[in-house]
Amino acid sequence: MTQKKISAVPNVATPSAPVIFNPDICDGCNTCVEVCQIDVFMPNPEKGKPPIILHPDECWYGGCCVNDCPRPGAIKFNWPLQQRGYWKNKATGEVHQI
Amino acid sequence: MSTWHSYFKEKGQAPDWPYPIRFEQEQEIDTDVLVIGGGIAGCWAAISAARQGLNVALVEKGDTVRSGAGGPGCDHWCNAPANPLSNVDPDEWAQHMADRPYCNGIGIQIQCRENFDTLLELEQMGGKIRDTKDEYVGAEGRDDKTKFMISPRYTKVHSYVPWAIKPTTFKSNPDQKLNNVVIRVWGSTFKPVLKKECKRLGVKIFDRVMATSLLTEKGVQGGRVIGATGVNNRTGEFMIFKSKATILSTAGAGSIWLISTELGGYCNMMSRTITGDGTVMAWKAGADLTTMESSGVLRIATGHKHKWYTGAGDASYENVPLVDANGKRLPLPIQGWVDAGAMVASPEVDNKIREGILKGEYALPFYGDFPAMPEVERKATWNLMLGEESTTKIIIKTFNEAGYNPGRDLLQSYKFIEGNSLPQWGEAGYGGGILVDWDLKTTLDGLYAAGTQMFAPEDHSYAAATGRYAGRKAAAYARQIGKSKISREQVDREKARVYAPIKRTSGVEWKELHAGIARVMQYYVSEFKTGSLFNMALDVLKRIEGESVPLLFALDPHKLLRSLEDLSLLTYAQIIIQAMKARKASSAPLNFRRIDYPALDPPEWNKFITIKQENGKVKTGELPLTFWGNMKNQYEARNKDYTGVYKRK
Repeated sequence: MTQKKISAVPNVATPSAPVIFNPDICDGCNTCVEVCQIDVFMPNPEKGKPPIILHPDECWYGGCCVNDCPRPGAIKFNWPLQQRGYWKNKATGEVHQI
Repeated sequence: MSTWHSYFKEKGQAPDWPYPIRFEQEQEIDTDVLVIGGGIAGCWAAISAARQGLNVALVEKGDTVRSGAGGPGCDHWCNAPANPLSNVDPDEWAQHMADRPYCNGIGIQIQCRENFDTLLELEQMGGKIRDTKDEYVGAEGRDDKTKFMISPRYTKVHSYVPWAIKPTTFKSNPDQKLNNVVIRVWGSTFKPVLKKECKRLGVKIFDRVMATSLLTEKGVQGGRVIGATGVNNRTGEFMIFKSKATILSTAGAGSIWLISTELGGYCNMMSRTITGDGTVMAWKAGADLTTMESSGVLRIATGHKHKWYTGAGDASYENVPLVDANGKRLPLPIQGWVDAGAMVASPEVDNKIREGILKGEYALPFYGDFPAMPEVERKATWNLMLGEESTTKIIIKTFNEAGYNPGRDLLQSYKFIEGNSLPQWGEAGYGGGILVDWDLKTTLDGLYAAGTQMFAPEDHSYAAATGRYAGRKAAAYARQIGKSKISREQVDREKARVYAPIKRTSGVEWKELHAGIARVMQYYVSEFKTGSLFNMALDVLKRIEGESVPLLFALDPHKLLRSLEDLSLLTYAQIIIQAMKARKASSAPLNFRRIDYPALDPPEWNKFITIKQENGKVKTGELPLTFWGNMKNQYEARNKDYTGVYKRK
């Protein structure tokens, strides 16, 4: 579908989304905003909405945002492609990746 | 609508800055003890000073609840020979650890004497240090009476010490029982309870504030330290702290050689917030630094996490046998009970595997054979060691959710798979730091240092024990000293420096500056070290200072924070090179090899080189390798009043 209006914006940082919020579960409590030592997030201007990922490129993958979230499932890690680990089923030899 | 771009797309405009803007506005805080850096050492320093009944302020760039060089968790409580299951004398163990050249015997003695008390205090606060839920009954090293989980690390072998690959016999352990000096802990519980205890004791916490400079008496270099300045990285507000004693605990610098401003996984293993701020502040104020020339090997950052990256004989793979792609066992140590805690393969073993790969004897990639482990040991490694270790907690979670089953699946190891690539670059600076005495006082009056802020940094329990100790000593100093008047001129000078980048809206931004500094170090201060390259590096860094720094711009308080961090790194890089120039010899323990001075560790150079600024000029000095004297006697002479585990009121 063609979009009506295209703005000129700079390149999207990599990764663009180190985490993915589930807006149905997240109640915008901003715990993740506070525990992140990098300040990757900012509170959403609309109260009750998931935070905005403002500095995704600075994410250090510390994981506190997910580990300390009081609402399980509200925020999920989304590893960038280059950082997805591998494993192999010992019996079948089948290789998997995160 | 969670990314900035999706917000922009939907709303047609960028969101407003979410915090009030207070550039140039001042807030003044008066305190007895000021702690700069809210990681493990800083929290402990604040707690310990506050227990003495003094006013304490704690300044932290991130949020104290999870910030710090060690990351948000902790996997092992190392070097705890005073624990009841240990079979070695704490002083003898400390002496053994301090046999490593260019270590910090003072910090080690404090760690070995006091870190078990520190651990028990963590338990009082709510930290988990025992298997209270009986999840690991039957695991080797679990003591059923105390429910402590002893780690196989260092049980017989201490492979950090190059000449101690073989089991070491201690006088205090003549029968060579297992040393039992390392305890497995639930470290992800630690930081939040430390912050809570700070608050309970009335410590004033200033989160999201980056300290930018130390204030000295009369504003002169070398003067007594009487406070610090800072800037809030959300509001841009300027902070002036006045203190009787100040403790620096901001760790070293982690990304001078390698920075990816995008994709932290291509960076050094250290958190990107570790930018040597405290070391640079101390340097500008005139304090002595040492071992700044010490080099290591770059370890790629989180994502796979450094330990997953090397993938063998370390916490992540404790007790995990390493196999090749065909299931053939590799001769790598596994830091397990079977090899008595050996952590790092000898160069011979590494070479054997490297040659084996080329000859087809070992097939890449290698794997951690979790399924081969007894179930309780597998659980202890996967859930406890990995689940509680700093940034690996989230990795475990992700693997589990993606369907990885340690009872069924081999976990890929990244050792050798990249050959000799970026991780082999030399890095320096992390082994260096501030020189301290037996009070953990720096060479400046009123200034103390703790944790990895000091020279020759160690681990989590070292940071905790030395932080706790520095807090005690700084409090004693603060009790007997009056306040001094700060120099307005010094404050104004710093304000002008701090806010310069926000006066511009174009020029050089922080990412470009950071990468520019890293490139200089990669070209001129890498594997091939020599005086002429050092001089070139200094010239280029000076040029960056003269030509690019005046163009540095920051559009908001966060970008100002990153810009100021880069300025720390720019100074830090120059300190490293000055220290390297001063050591006119190569050294194996410092991993420092000069082409123009190739002889390794000539006896006349077996000494610490100290470095400081005096009237703006670099001045070097030297100290004997064990300048701290007899560790046991020195410690005891200065800690007669030590009361052991804190009795919580």
